[in-house]
Amino acid sequence: MKEIAISVSGLDHFFGEGEARKQALFDVNLEVDRGSLTILMGPSGSGKTTLLTIMGCLREVHAGSVRLLDQELFAANEISRIDMRRRLGFIFQAHNLHDSLTARQNVMMGLQVHGRGDPTRHVSAADHLLGLLGLGERLDYLPGNLSGGQKQRVAIARALVSNPDIIFADEPTAALDKVSGMAAVRLFKDLGRSRGTTTVMVTHDPRILDLADRVVTLEDGRIVEVVQAHRTPTA
Amino acid sequence: MTAFLSRLLGRLPIGYLQLTHNPGRLMAALAGVAFANVLVFVQLGLAGSMAESVEIPYRLFQPDLLIMSPAESETLSDASTLPRQRLFQALVHLDVTGGTPIYLGRSTWLSGQDASSSIQFFGLAPDAGPFFHDALAAPLVSLSLSDTALVDTMTRFVDMRSFAAAYPAVPVPFEMQNRQLGAVGTVSIGGGFGGDGVFLVSDQTFFHLFPQRTSATPSHILLALSPGADPDRVADELTQIYPPDTVRIRTVAQAMEQEVRYQMTERPTGLIFAFGVAIGMVVGIVIAYQVLSADVADHIREYATFKAMGFRQGFFVGVILEEAIILAAIGFWPGLAFSQLFYQSLAYLTNIPIFMTPERAALVFIGTILACALSGILAMRKLAAAEPADLF
Repeated sequence: MKEIAISVSGLDHFFGEGEARKQALFDVNLEVDRGSLTILMGPSGSGKTTLLTIMGCLREVHAGSVRLLDQELFAANEISRIDMRRRLGFIFQAHNLHDSLTARQNVMMGLQVHGRGDPTRHVSAADHLLGLLGLGERLDYLPGNLSGGQKQRVAIARALVSNPDIIFADEPTAALDKVSGMAAVRLFKDLGRSRGTTTVMVTHDPRILDLADRVVTLEDGRIVEVVQAHRTPTA
Repeated sequence: MTAFLSRLLGRLPIGYLQLTHNPGRLMAALAGVAFANVLVFVQLGLAGSMAESVEIPYRLFQPDLLIMSPAESETLSDASTLPRQRLFQALVHLDVTGGTPIYLGRSTWLSGQDASSSIQFFGLAPDAGPFFHDALAAPLVSLSLSDTALVDTMTRFVDMRSFAAAYPAVPVPFEMQNRQLGAVGTVSIGGGFGGDGVFLVSDQTFFHLFPQRTSATPSHILLALSPGADPDRVADELTQIYPPDTVRIRTVAQAMEQEVRYQMTERPTGLIFAFGVAIGMVVGIVIAYQVLSADVADHIREYATFKAMGFRQGFFVGVILEEAIILAAIGFWPGLAFSQLFYQSLAYLTNIPIFMTPERAALVFIGTILACALSGILAMRKLAAAEPADLF
């Protein structure tokens, strides 16, 4: 019996108020299995990033139901949404690193959000993950001294360092070269296999499509196609 | 420093790291805080100097005396008088060991071509010595010679250097109200709101200068109390002796404090200074808010990312407080230094007693920290209301 990590049902979303109100998502229904890698695709304006941010607890649920790890997000209060975010790892399209913090410090923030822990443990966890992503030589560099690809890898490390239950990623490989990009996605898949970490990703990158367990295509705020890969998530 | 702050705060010192990341912006922020400090210091200094100049004449008296004044008199140099017999009535009280009348009057001194100063005269009885400051004990004795005076070296608008050599054996002559007087010594008091300078004379000399005044109508009466007597209790009991609303009996400290309050709240000059302080503080707070809110706006994307990661509002409040305290604590010192410079220049140019006090420095320091902390917290509220996704 597969576990469901995310369950979206009848989701609508609106932007603007009154006369200028525009509907961005229409009756979206989606289930994401635990440990799987799901890709959201679609032309610009299709609502894929909106759907991602709603699932990622970064936007309120206006209508419908979104169940994340057995928690309903619709009408959830602020505190429970903030607490839920700690169980997730969000990788933004623009890396969104803090410019005043080094690579290591940026990644440590991913651990710090869970409260005070032993700082030395935080440092070694951060260093280890950055090393895995090929940034072992850049631990003390500020974002201003890192390339776009390096910054993106730091952002990935930050999202992964506290072992999130679900990873949400918005174009995580856009700034990465082929080798790094594939390495990052394989990392997500490995996490899915070994720890049951679920990944939902928005991407245009065709090289990744083959690695996904499911590809969901949106157009004009609706899901128009769902392609299930033939292999199972545990393979 | 980062390691130290990390240990102190139990987290990475985001506020400190943000401030030091951009030295140019940090300098601008510190300059803003320093400027706000200078503004408040200047206003407080001016108001303080006003209070100081009101207090100085009271410091001629021994501090443990009671001063009896006409009921309607609000200031030391008021024109009102009270009957001298009140002194004898007071002597009946067991704890009153003695008293002396003092006569105050104002006159214009034509001190040179086109130069004139308004001089406040204190006319003192022969037995007044013990009621006055110890340093005046000897000089006051020489006033027993007729038409002699102790002149104020800090008199405004006059070059008083020629009086420095004044000595009982060698008086320096000067003219006042068409009388020749001889300066037999000097005091250092300074004018204030009562005039441009304060001269001390004997009561006889005073009546020569002010013929319309008599010994029956002093301006105030100073009363000495027996050692250990509670001044407030004695003042209360004495007030009962007199017909209601004819006299005010207060300790010297109370009279000083009440006149300062009166000058600051009921006289136009004082009110102007009081307004100056209020406006200085408001502007200072506005500047602090601008500095902090500009900083929050600069980092809003980074904060929004942290919010998306699951940091609570308390974390952000902690960061902004960290910044506010660093800015306030560091920006204070240049502000203090500049204010000191300002005080010294102003005092040199105008002879007005304006100077820094430790209490004022502490008050402004704490006020700056509070203003920056509150501004920071207010500025952070726009983050609390926002959805992270809308911020990028």
